Amino acid sequence: MRLDVVLRVVTKLMLPFMLVFAIYVQFHGDYGPGGGFQAGVIAAAALILYALMFGLSAAMRVVPTWLVEKMIPIGVMIYAGTGVVSMFLHENFLDYDALNHHSHVHAQEWGVFIVEVGVFVTVSSTMIAIFYAFGGRGR
Amino acid sequence: MESFINMILLTLLAVVTLGVVRLRNLFAVVILGGIYSFLMASVLIVLDAVDVSMTEASVGAGISTVLMLTVLYMTRVEEAKPVHTPILPLFVAGVTGAVLVYGTWGLPAFGLSDTPINTHVGMRYMELSVPDTGIPNVVTSVLASYRGFDTLGETTVVFTAGIGVLLLLRRGVSLARLRRKQQEEEKPS
Repeated sequence: MRLDVVLRVVTKLMLPFMLVFAIYVQFHGDYGPGGGFQAGVIAAAALILYALMFGLSAAMRVVPTWLVEKMIPIGVMIYAGTGVVSMFLHENFLDYDALNHHSHVHAQEWGVFIVEVGVFVTVSSTMIAIFYAFGGRGR
Repeated sequence: MESFINMILLTLLAVVTLGVVRLRNLFAVVILGGIYSFLMASVLIVLDAVDVSMTEASVGAGISTVLMLTVLYMTRVEEAKPVHTPILPLFVAGVTGAVLVYGTWGLPAFGLSDTPINTHVGMRYMELSVPDTGIPNVVTSVLASYRGFDTLGETTVVFTAGIGVLLLLRRGVSLARLRRKQQEEEKPS
């Protein structure tokens, strides 16, 4: 893949900012717009941009296919697992109060945080996996 | 001012749609689709739905456009001539549009605060979000806390969609074989 050097350099410059922005959207979702879904898509977009510029095999060396395909169910497991843990702690399914007995508000914040991580993992890996599946077919 | 911006954006949306209908070059159509998504995201920002706008910009304009371009890479760029006359699809689209416009007559006026959606449970979330959860962004607190069960369902939908697409695209090729193929392709380069 021989491409314009400007595009390559600009891509390399943009990638760290995209990833940091994804993390910002993920963890600042409580106060600003965004959350796990949006952050997952932005993180996946960063990797897809890398794949477009430097080739699919280069991207697959960074995030291999087996990892992506394990992450898809792991995200759902993190989310549903939060609910199961709160059930074991004598609360209702997905009732975050079980996570911190001292403070109701802190328990909610913890619950939302963990659940958003689960959403991030599933969404980002699904986007990457679909892109890998499409991109790997044409060759 | 706000309705003026809305009018400009909606006019541009109509222009882009006409362009998508008229053009035969699929590459241009995909790019116009991306522009359509960005315009839609701007409309959503004007409507104060920042979270939805962000999703539209990243999914609609970002990922979808890239996936469409990847598909174009595998197929031809020029749209094939239609085999049927466009009269029946035009009729279906026209009737659907007319029904949707008819449906909007039953909606309350735009921006009213005393509609059912703004008075009952919606207002409760607005008032209780910070004392209940400590989260000022009500969208996040509703999504992840009050309606956490729904979001679990949504995550499962994304999971199911991903698994489904992977199964369809791969169709019986095992991961080990795919990896072998990749390694073989990497060797000569």
